[in-house]
Amino acid sequence: MRDAATLEAALASGLSTEEFRQIGTLLGRPPNPTELGMFSAMWSEHCSYKSSRRHLARFPTESPRVIEGPGENAGAVDIGHGLAAVFKVESHNHPTFIEPFQGAATGVGGILRDIFTMGARPVALMNSLRFGPLSLPKNRALFTGAVAGIANYGNSMGIPTIGGEVFFEDCYSLNPLVNAFALGIAPADRIFRARAEAPGSPVWCVGSKTGRDGIHGASMASAAFDEEAEAKRPTVQVGDPFLEKLLMEACLELMQGDALIAVQDMGAAGLTCSTSEVASRGGAGVEIDLDHVAQRETGMNAYEIMLSESQERMLLVVRSGREAEVTRIFDKWDLDAAPIGSVSGDGLLRVRHQGQVAAEVPCRALTDDAPAFDRPAARPSWWPSPEVTPADLPEPTDWNAVVRELAGSPELASRRFVYEQYDHMVRSDTVVRPGGDAGVVRIKGKELGIAMTLDGNGRYTARDPRRGGALAVAEACRNLAAVGATPVGATNCLNFGNPERPEIMWEFTEAIAGMTEALEALAVPITGGNVSFYNETEGQNIFPTPVVGVVGVLDDATRRIAQHFAAAGDLLFLAGPEGGDALGASAFLKEHHGRTDGRPPKPDLDAEVRLGAFLRAAGAAGLAASARDLSEGGLAAAAVESLFAPDGSRLGAELQVECAGRLEGTLLGEGPARALLSVRPGDAEALAALAAREGVPLAAVGSVGGDALRIRVNGSRIVSLDLDGLADVFRNSLGRMALA
Amino acid sequence: MARFAVLVFPGTNCEGDVLHAIEAVTGQPAALVWHKEGSLDGFDAAVVPGGFAHGDYLRAGGLARFSPVMEPLIEMAESGRAVVGICNGFQILQEAGLLPGAMLRNVSLSYVCRDVRLRVEANSSPLTCGLAPGTTLRMPVGHAEGNFRADDDVLEALEADEQVIFRYCDDGGEASDAANPNGSRNNIAGVRNARGNVAALMPHPDRAYEEALGGVDGCRLFESLHRFTES
Repeated sequence: MRDAATLEAALASGLSTEEFRQIGTLLGRPPNPTELGMFSAMWSEHCSYKSSRRHLARFPTESPRVIEGPGENAGAVDIGHGLAAVFKVESHNHPTFIEPFQGAATGVGGILRDIFTMGARPVALMNSLRFGPLSLPKNRALFTGAVAGIANYGNSMGIPTIGGEVFFEDCYSLNPLVNAFALGIAPADRIFRARAEAPGSPVWCVGSKTGRDGIHGASMASAAFDEEAEAKRPTVQVGDPFLEKLLMEACLELMQGDALIAVQDMGAAGLTCSTSEVASRGGAGVEIDLDHVAQRETGMNAYEIMLSESQERMLLVVRSGREAEVTRIFDKWDLDAAPIGSVSGDGLLRVRHQGQVAAEVPCRALTDDAPAFDRPAARPSWWPSPEVTPADLPEPTDWNAVVRELAGSPELASRRFVYEQYDHMVRSDTVVRPGGDAGVVRIKGKELGIAMTLDGNGRYTARDPRRGGALAVAEACRNLAAVGATPVGATNCLNFGNPERPEIMWEFTEAIAGMTEALEALAVPITGGNVSFYNETEGQNIFPTPVVGVVGVLDDATRRIAQHFAAAGDLLFLAGPEGGDALGASAFLKEHHGRTDGRPPKPDLDAEVRLGAFLRAAGAAGLAASARDLSEGGLAAAAVESLFAPDGSRLGAELQVECAGRLEGTLLGEGPARALLSVRPGDAEALAALAAREGVPLAAVGSVGGDALRIRVNGSRIVSLDLDGLADVFRNSLGRMALA
Repeated sequence: MARFAVLVFPGTNCEGDVLHAIEAVTGQPAALVWHKEGSLDGFDAAVVPGGFAHGDYLRAGGLARFSPVMEPLIEMAESGRAVVGICNGFQILQEAGLLPGAMLRNVSLSYVCRDVRLRVEANSSPLTCGLAPGTTLRMPVGHAEGNFRADDDVLEALEADEQVIFRYCDDGGEASDAANPNGSRNNIAGVRNARGNVAALMPHPDRAYEEALGGVDGCRLFESLHRFTES
């Protein structure tokens, strides 16, 4: 083995003095440089979750449907019919800032590998994005580049991107967020796990060749950025979706049989992570010889091979004697596949290179023995955020202008510019397209539909992390209910600033507390997810941005609730508690008054539970012609969104509301647990009876029809916007801003 | 009975949609055929589906024409049997010289996925033989390179010979600029060869064959194909 690594080298690689000492204790000697690199990657925040582990343990993770909870490559829940939905969301924030196209693209590639590693065929993608304001050219480049990268990867893979969200705030200018979600379907009794067992079993490296790209990506993602960030471009991986498509098909074909013991994808920390994790989960060791790893470049040393994050690679543990099956299938797909070692019984990761032992480390030392911190958390001095009420605001005079402005604002304008770049119809299973509250794919040959949504509101969480966390979960569940689906499982991506700052840790723990309250109230288990800390550049932290992905089932996909108005003459009803006029941290404050302050609305979890049950019952009984949850932009935004269907058709509407005081709260307030429904006149009575039975207040708020969006308050008309003009503003504004 | 071959190249991703649509619409058997196959014996028609054959490397369809299955596919076309392309399949048939023109990147320079409206221009092809010219249909597109190009003289000959089978149009049936999703010359969405047995289009009838998917107009094209194989 080579010489011992120095403390200076350890500090330069992101480890602390204490961690360096701990490594020496675990090994009984100082690490050599290759081993130090392996520890640096595996003990990075990105891989080890050292600042978050103890807090994540608070999430509810169990339900009768959960097949695989946190800890595997992705979570899995039983969706009936002998099938499991396998899903997860993961961040690719840091790479995207450095190189938006490849950074975002490989985020999609990584999350897809997590899904097919479990033996599930991916059937849907979503993504949650945050950028700085589009008024800055750099942000336009990041936004359009990231969207193009996501499109390129997902489209080439032939997996529809059916939903997501994108928001813009100053705090993301130097630190955009890209969170990618994928969902796959597997037979419930054939979920593959990444546990190496049976010493002697051959270990294979398959897929792409290993190159020098992405070395130390995990460590890069675990540090704050400075003005030199762009010099880190070599740490960003380059994606090849064509190769991943072949890898996916080959793996899924191989998984039809029983030649495999375990599969682990190679993402962060590449070979180091995949070998040590697969072995430590199975209580085993692994011995590999790097001379057998197919390499893209000459002269790579052990350090580089072990830490390369070259994309589109998988580690397989093959049943002894079944190697020929692996070779046959990978030959068919023209992919590299070679045995590089075997499972051992000694618990060590032993790496040979050019006849020497290049590294010898207990697998558990890299994984389970990684440090875990209880970092100090402290409530910031600004807490609590002051409430903002209409009395603090100048009163709008021209409501036509306000509604038009909001309909075309970065916050509320249609995301068509984004989702039309994503193939959202390949596989011919998409029954609710993007542009609604949730996307829905059906399962061919069955009545079953799977609904999914990805939600978060960084502004809310910034002003009140506990409320923000709870509201993210509540909105996601409400979005599923709005298509008639029952939530069955959730994943989350927690994007936060520098955890070494006590106020950031306070945000983190508070957000988790809020999310936990809502998950428990709505009976939705977390099955996995990802934490992204150190979203800090030049000392500026992002808004704390937990993003929640919730998956739901529709036992009969034909009973889904439509997301757009269905017919002229239908009646409009607002379901949910009265008084939802909260304006703190609202879209209206941001887009009309240029303020992001105030306190977000108080979650009402009991009301959310009742609203969900009501919407699902209305959907199952066929009583709702359409539904939309109320969130950013309140009632007015829900109405605008309902006018323009994805097939190009459109219907006008007239909202009629009563308002004793100021109008802003009534039309644009973001109080939770509410939805806007359109109903055939003949069904109105039955709907009212259902609402009464479920304990959900229901108010008549107008009707569908006409060639305009009209709003009448206390009998007098204050808004009349013709559909042509409004369609142009709503549908085209985001594209105009992005391409300016 | 007709037997349909659905070709699969590495990177093809719409083979399942086409297979399912053919079986659901025509009730006839269809089979996936891997690109390394050297024979299409026993098939009455072949469909080249959408996707990214060979990763679209070099250019869309540029490598697929070297796959072994192209030889029997060309023989099939020469024998007068139906050969049909959808999206990437269109690009492959152009690269193989079975259909005229070439595809540039969309004028937006972006991938575009949305519903478009098509006007049937001629019923002299396997995709349109059951449709009256002037009929308008709605179905999705999903492509980054669907901007149909041909030299002026080629284009003129195509138009004169009624080899243009589909044009992008608006709700009123007009082939307007606003209705053109990619910048194609003359709003061309689909063409056929001179003999009238090879045809292709950029939009996806394989994504519009059930109400649940938002439309059923794609069925008309598969019904035409079935009819063509029986004539």
